[in-house]
Amino acid sequence: MSSLHLEFDVAGNNFVSAGSASDEVKKTLKMLGVDPVAVRKVAIAMYEGEINMVIHAGGGKASVDIDTDKVKIVLADEGPGIPDISLAMKDGYSTAPDAIRDLGFGAGMGLPNMKKYTDEMHIDSTVGVGTTVTMVVNLR
Amino acid sequence: MTDKSLNTVMLDADRCKGCISCMKRCPTEAIRVRNGKAKVLYDRCIGCGECVRMCPHQAKLPAYDPFDSIFDYKYRIAVPAPSLIGQFNNLDNVDLVLNGLIELGFNDVFEVARGAELISEETRNIMREGKLKKPIISSACPAVLELIMMKYHSLASHVLDLVAPADVALRLAREEAEAKGIPPEDIGVFFISPCPAKVYALKTGMGLKKPAADGVLAVNEVYFKLLSVMPKIKEIKHISKTGILGVRWAASGGESLGIFQDRYLAADGIENVNNVLRAMEDGNLNYIDFVELNACTSGCVGGVLNVENPFVARVRIRALRHKLPPLDNHLDEVNKPREFYHWEVTPEAKDVYKLDSDFSVAIEKMRAIEQIYAELPHLDCGGCGAPSCRAFAEDVVNGETTLDMCTRREQ
Repeated sequence: MSSLHLEFDVAGNNFVSAGSASDEVKKTLKMLGVDPVAVRKVAIAMYEGEINMVIHAGGGKASVDIDTDKVKIVLADEGPGIPDISLAMKDGYSTAPDAIRDLGFGAGMGLPNMKKYTDEMHIDSTVGVGTTVTMVVNLR
Repeated sequence: MTDKSLNTVMLDADRCKGCISCMKRCPTEAIRVRNGKAKVLYDRCIGCGECVRMCPHQAKLPAYDPFDSIFDYKYRIAVPAPSLIGQFNNLDNVDLVLNGLIELGFNDVFEVARGAELISEETRNIMREGKLKKPIISSACPAVLELIMMKYHSLASHVLDLVAPADVALRLAREEAEAKGIPPEDIGVFFISPCPAKVYALKTGMGLKKPAADGVLAVNEVYFKLLSVMPKIKEIKHISKTGILGVRWAASGGESLGIFQDRYLAADGIENVNNVLRAMEDGNLNYIDFVELNACTSGCVGGVLNVENPFVARVRIRALRHKLPPLDNHLDEVNKPREFYHWEVTPEAKDVYKLDSDFSVAIEKMRAIEQIYAELPHLDCGGCGAPSCRAFAEDVVNGETTLDMCTRREQ
């Protein structure tokens, strides 16, 4: 089966470059002729995830596997970890500092949106070690 | 007629030196240098005119109809874009320009700004009804519309399904003349355009079953002709029937003023437009109601067929606030069915960047592109005839060029 593997370093605390990985993925999916609805889902979910890594974890790594039937996105960081995942998943819950909120981020919709726009999402997190978010968007 | 190569930008091959100025600035990577000449990949061209602006040798020729083609018709109507008005300094009276058009041989004038005011009212109706996905994207700039249909397919459903103000004006102008009893075949309606994208859109009838314009002229050509006749005008007839709201469409933010709401975003300049569209794709602008996008800096006054600096033209347009009524055209007065303002034909999404229709083949090609790209120097020097190393890798895989065209690669 044909598949494509892409990897990106996401720089921490850099809002200028934030979103560049998801932008590359978006461009790749369009060139592959992926359905626009699926492109948009990947774009929104991955952008949110990328921003999360920038805000909370000082950056991390994004890896994307594109198969004929799905796009799998793995965002791995070595940040502080999420103590209570179900709380973090609540709409509007945010631990973003005020300085970040002043920039228009940290509305507490990141994780809920990532879940909403993907077909599968798992979060593995250990406090003090890091967080790995795995998301899958199915391609029909 | 629908051929983009004849209706957007053409090349003066003698003047073209094969430098990379236009290729590097083309926002859709639609130019390659082949055999020492700039070649446009027309299926990717959005008609923005950036290459015309950037060419140091004036080798890029924007396409439009010669002025004298108006004399092919017995009854000639000028339909000027509001940008034309912004070209003149110290203009106290818009009618002076319109009278100048009559002096040049037109029998009547119908301002595009009138169509703009009607489109604004229909936009307000649509926004009130709330059926269209927000943020709603304006369809007024044909270069942006083409860009969305090529690169931002997922945003197509956000685009306002309205025809261009010029299309409204051209068709109303023709009907008015026909109502006077003038034989339809004698009537020629001529749009005066600020940019190649509008030349293409109006000549091909983008969004319509058939084009509304009998010809499209360039603002700059008409401007120079006007300069010689305007000082001689003794008696100024009252022709203008537009408010400042319609005229303000000439500059970025003008269309947004016409929606009478605050949560709008107006971006101009193709790079800014791309940034806004990317942010929309990422779901970041959901709190905005209306998005006005103009490919040219400052909006239509920045179109490459204008003469005046866009920032100056913008000031002049704004200054007309004191000379014109706020608004002078209303849907109920024109009394047309709503369909009149809406697309008859929905512009289609275009797969110009798609590597292959077979997904597995496309993935293989993408892998090959990544592999070739990794070997390239990443200088984006343009020496190979492609605008970037990335585009070059794509061209190699698509069989458009060969790897040995890159001379800066480590062997």
